[in-house]
Amino acid sequence: MLKGGTDEGGTVADDAGTNERLGAMLRTHRDVVLGRWIELVSSAMGPHSTTQEVEAELGTLYGAIADSLASGARPREQGFGEVRAMLSELSHDRARLGFSPTETAATVLNLKVAALSAVGDSLSDYVALSDVVDDLAAFTFEAYVAARETVITELAEQLLELSTPVVKLWEGVVAVPLVGTLDSARTQVVMEKLLQVLVDTGSDHAIIDITGVPAVDTQVAQHLLKTVVAARLMGAECVISGIRPQIAQTIVALGIEFGDIVTKASLADALQIAISAGKDG
Amino acid sequence: MGEIQDVDILGDDDVVRVRQAVRALAVSAGLSLVDQTKMVTAASELARNTQTYGGGGSARLELVVEPARSGVRATFTDTGPGIPDVDVAMADGYTSGSGLGLGLSGARRLVDAFEIDSEVGRGTTVVITKWSR
Amino acid sequence: MERVPILRIGDLLLVTIQVDLDDQSALALQEDLARRIVADSAHGVLIDITALDVVDSFIGRMLATVASISAVLDAETVVVGMRPAVAITLVELGLSLGGVRTALDIDKGLALLGRSTARG
Repeated sequence: MLKGGTDEGGTVADDAGTNERLGAMLRTHRDVVLGRWIELVSSAMGPHSTTQEVEAELGTLYGAIADSLASGARPREQGFGEVRAMLSELSHDRARLGFSPTETAATVLNLKVAALSAVGDSLSDYVALSDVVDDLAAFTFEAYVAARETVITELAEQLLELSTPVVKLWEGVVAVPLVGTLDSARTQVVMEKLLQVLVDTGSDHAIIDITGVPAVDTQVAQHLLKTVVAARLMGAECVISGIRPQIAQTIVALGIEFGDIVTKASLADALQIAISAGKDG
Repeated sequence: MGEIQDVDILGDDDVVRVRQAVRALAVSAGLSLVDQTKMVTAASELARNTQTYGGGGSARLELVVEPARSGVRATFTDTGPGIPDVDVAMADGYTSGSGLGLGLSGARRLVDAFEIDSEVGRGTTVVITKWSR
Repeated sequence: MERVPILRIGDLLLVTIQVDLDDQSALALQEDLARRIVADSAHGVLIDITALDVVDSFIGRMLATVASISAVLDAETVVVGMRPAVAITLVELGLSLGGVRTALDIDKGLALLGRSTARG
């Protein structure tokens, strides 16, 4: 009897057989189906893209899908690896261009509509193709979401970079003027950056100025302490300056031991220390 | 579903092997450089414990993938003498200078999740996990 | 097991650790250094750990032990090139490296040793 269809009783072998047939069918009817697909996607994308661009993009994707199906593979299997890679790239591009995830997935879904004419009268074939396209569209959606998250994370990191400058004052001395409320995460980032800058610039003195910080909690104070100890381990000395009376009181109240870490109330005093140390060697 | 690697820990070079394998997984998981270093260091401590205190054993290293984050999980198992009092061993920090104490409590501070199961005469299993942020 | 090479420059011994050291190699280095300090009448030891991306408690203790042994043998030890990620991890680990002097790089390390050997 006729093989195929993705009814619940189907086996993997049946799916493979069906997919092989679908692949062959897509190849046979390439001109018509691909042409229709390009038309549908072009009109959906409007002014965002030229027909040539859409042609190029979909042409290779179409070929890859047909080849993968012809090999009998299913969308989430290795045989569809190249298609998934192309769809990931497509999603990343669309995400950066500001397309919605639905618009992006719709590009893939339109293949179903385009293939209607080629599938002929076979409802089970159409359902099989539909299942494959749905799965690919779902994958495209997932890839889009991941891409958006990457963009957001990158922007957040850039923002953090911009707001935490480490300044080289002169040979061997860098300063980190911290401004605003410090949270644990931000403090950690700044401190890691400071240590890296010490290495990059060959500086062995750092001034961490917290004049612009209204309040310090236990976690932040501990991060500052750990940074100073870490810098010392690397062979550099830190001075913490700009400690306001309120912060000094908080530190004492919290029972945080600053030990032999040098602290100065004013930035000027901190600079004085750094200069003297620089002179000694 | 992530990759799983099993490494036998018998000699010194196996500890190095564990370090390198954990480093590779940490990179795959997208951990920051500092977090990679912390995880590799913790794994090194525990691998050494397995070798010297546990009389040899094995490590299972996994890349753990979740929707919102990826991580590295390392499980150290030995059928050695076991630890009589885990609480004391863990609290017995660097001040005592004892190798085992430093290894356990130090490793715990470096990772996000730390589980230990040990029984005298049966052996010890320690599981550590570190996630990307 | 790797034997880490020890170079002599004047009355200084220079060690550059290039590989991920296993415990045996670390101990061998410790012994080799002690032997060489005496054999070469060295007054300074410079250990370059720029290439190390991990320093665990064993290596940390080895470095501290080398510093102590050197001191007994009237030599001073300076460790240079510790990476930020390593320093941060050591602090978290609670390892202070005791009496080990450190410097940012070889130049600064040599300066430290030069100054102190001039006095001593």
